[in-house]
Amino acid sequence: MPASTRNLLRWGLRHLGVILAVLWGAATITFIAVKLIPGDPVSILTGGENVMDEAGRSVLAHQYGLDQPLLVQYGRYLGHALVGDFGQSYQFRRPVVAMILEAAVPTLQLASSAMLLALCLAVANAIATAGRRTWLRTVLSGLELALLSTPVYWIGIALLALFSFQLHWFPVTGNDGFAALVLPAIALSLPLAALLGQVLRDGLEEALAQPFALTVRTRGVGEVALRVRHGMRHAALAVSTLTGTLLASVLGGSILTETVFGRSGIGQITLQAIRTRDMPLVLGLVMMSALVFVIINLLVDAFYLVIDPRLRGSGA
Amino acid sequence: MSSNEGTLSLPRVRHSGAARLHPWRSPGLVLPLAFVLLLAAATAAPGLFTALAPDAVDTDAILLSPAPEHWFGTDELGRDLFCRVVYGTSLSLAIGVGAMVIACLGGICLGTAAALAPSPVRRVLVRLIDILLAFPELLLALLVIAVLGRGPTNTLLAVGLSHIAGYARLIRSQVLQVRLSGYVEHAVALGEHPWTIVVRHVVPNSIRPLLVVATIGVGTSVLAASSLSFLGLGVVPPEAEWGALLADGRNFLEIAPWLSLLPATVVAISVISITLLGRRVQLLLARGEVP
Repeated sequence: MPASTRNLLRWGLRHLGVILAVLWGAATITFIAVKLIPGDPVSILTGGENVMDEAGRSVLAHQYGLDQPLLVQYGRYLGHALVGDFGQSYQFRRPVVAMILEAAVPTLQLASSAMLLALCLAVANAIATAGRRTWLRTVLSGLELALLSTPVYWIGIALLALFSFQLHWFPVTGNDGFAALVLPAIALSLPLAALLGQVLRDGLEEALAQPFALTVRTRGVGEVALRVRHGMRHAALAVSTLTGTLLASVLGGSILTETVFGRSGIGQITLQAIRTRDMPLVLGLVMMSALVFVIINLLVDAFYLVIDPRLRGSGA
Repeated sequence: MSSNEGTLSLPRVRHSGAARLHPWRSPGLVLPLAFVLLLAAATAAPGLFTALAPDAVDTDAILLSPAPEHWFGTDELGRDLFCRVVYGTSLSLAIGVGAMVIACLGGICLGTAAALAPSPVRRVLVRLIDILLAFPELLLALLVIAVLGRGPTNTLLAVGLSHIAGYARLIRSQVLQVRLSGYVEHAVALGEHPWTIVVRHVVPNSIRPLLVVATIGVGTSVLAASSLSFLGLGVVPPEAEWGALLADGRNFLEIAPWLSLLPATVVAISVISITLLGRRVQLLLARGEVP
């Protein structure tokens, strides 16, 4: 077996171990949290304390495995989770995984368009202002600082009040079509753009101060080409420290944005699940977010191998 | 963490000389400080700002737009919104500060243990911090709310608990540094009890960077708490907490957008002020202009 394949295999196995550890930890923490909840799950299932007689309750408890000892419940829960089965939602009586997948579509649309928009804004901002002391930079960095601490819902409500209620340019609620996606995507992207913009600019400034920038300049390459072709690669590395923060802002921000704009999606079912204490759904959602986090981290790691040739050589 | 970004940037050329303002008088410090003092005053004596009572219902003045007699307008029951925002300051800030204290204390315990505990425990704790960091804070807070239920105290707990992991990571890295320092070696050589060393030497010297992070953390907590209330899972109306106010106003977005926009603006300005204040102090500390 060639060395590179062995390295790749070792890399894959190590990461698989980390993934499983994180997911197991997440599953365990949420299981404990759910069992700490006061109140009787069968009452939640039936929608009230005295809706069903004792016999009906025990049938239901048996059906959902709630009559088993805790350890058995835990083992069963882990076993099912391992094959991607999180049981049935108490409230909707539908498989949790199907519900989450269904709700993930509009959320993914929102999150990815916001991410794309944020990236464009941040890159343009970094290329235009890094290493320059102009009024534009002063304005933009002030705006970044303000946006970083501005609640997502403020941006959403302001956009809604202005563009939907005053100007009637965009629909107020719902998620049909592109027009309904514009305002939510902008609202969600602005804080992300601010965060990304700051880090990208710092990264780009650091790159432009390195000797290679001088070398490129002495070859007569223009300033814009230097920044786009050479500087951005280095600046992108600086974003690696941000993956977790970004992901949290995207997911947390999606929940808030979806509420402001009345969109269906992960946010809506999360809130519903928590209000009605629909624990299988809550567990499924938590596990999904852990899984997304792990996968994104893995992709980012792989992405760095692509953009930074120095990391490839060592064969780690 | 966002608080570290300032240190990543290059040292920049600064115009020194008489023309530069004294660091204590720059608008970047004075304005946020003034606003934070205003918030403190609103907490201590809300009566100074408004003569009205927050729960006074006036059926002749329902959903009025902002005007000189009602600065922020009135809500669907004719209650003065400015008055409610002023009276809501104490609860919102109390939740913000309380959550920060919980997060800091939890972070100090977890972080110190994750740095100094015997090997198997330490590795489990480090992994635990990693796992907690893997979750969006809002989701963690929602999980806590799902377990505990809604209300001001539970909101405080939810926000505090959900922020522990970030502080724990910071403290752990500090403790790992401090452990190697001369005075700890000295204390070990003197034969002091390990617990005494941890409590008297390691922890006090590790929490220095917390000053700035915790200041900004109050802002983050206010934001997180208002988000929870906005989602209808934190403090619930009729309590006059900022998030609850704007969640209430959301029902009248079309006819009275100021009802949600103005409380949200107060939240935004508060958080921005607190964050700016924290960053400014950090800058002054880094430049050695504060003893």
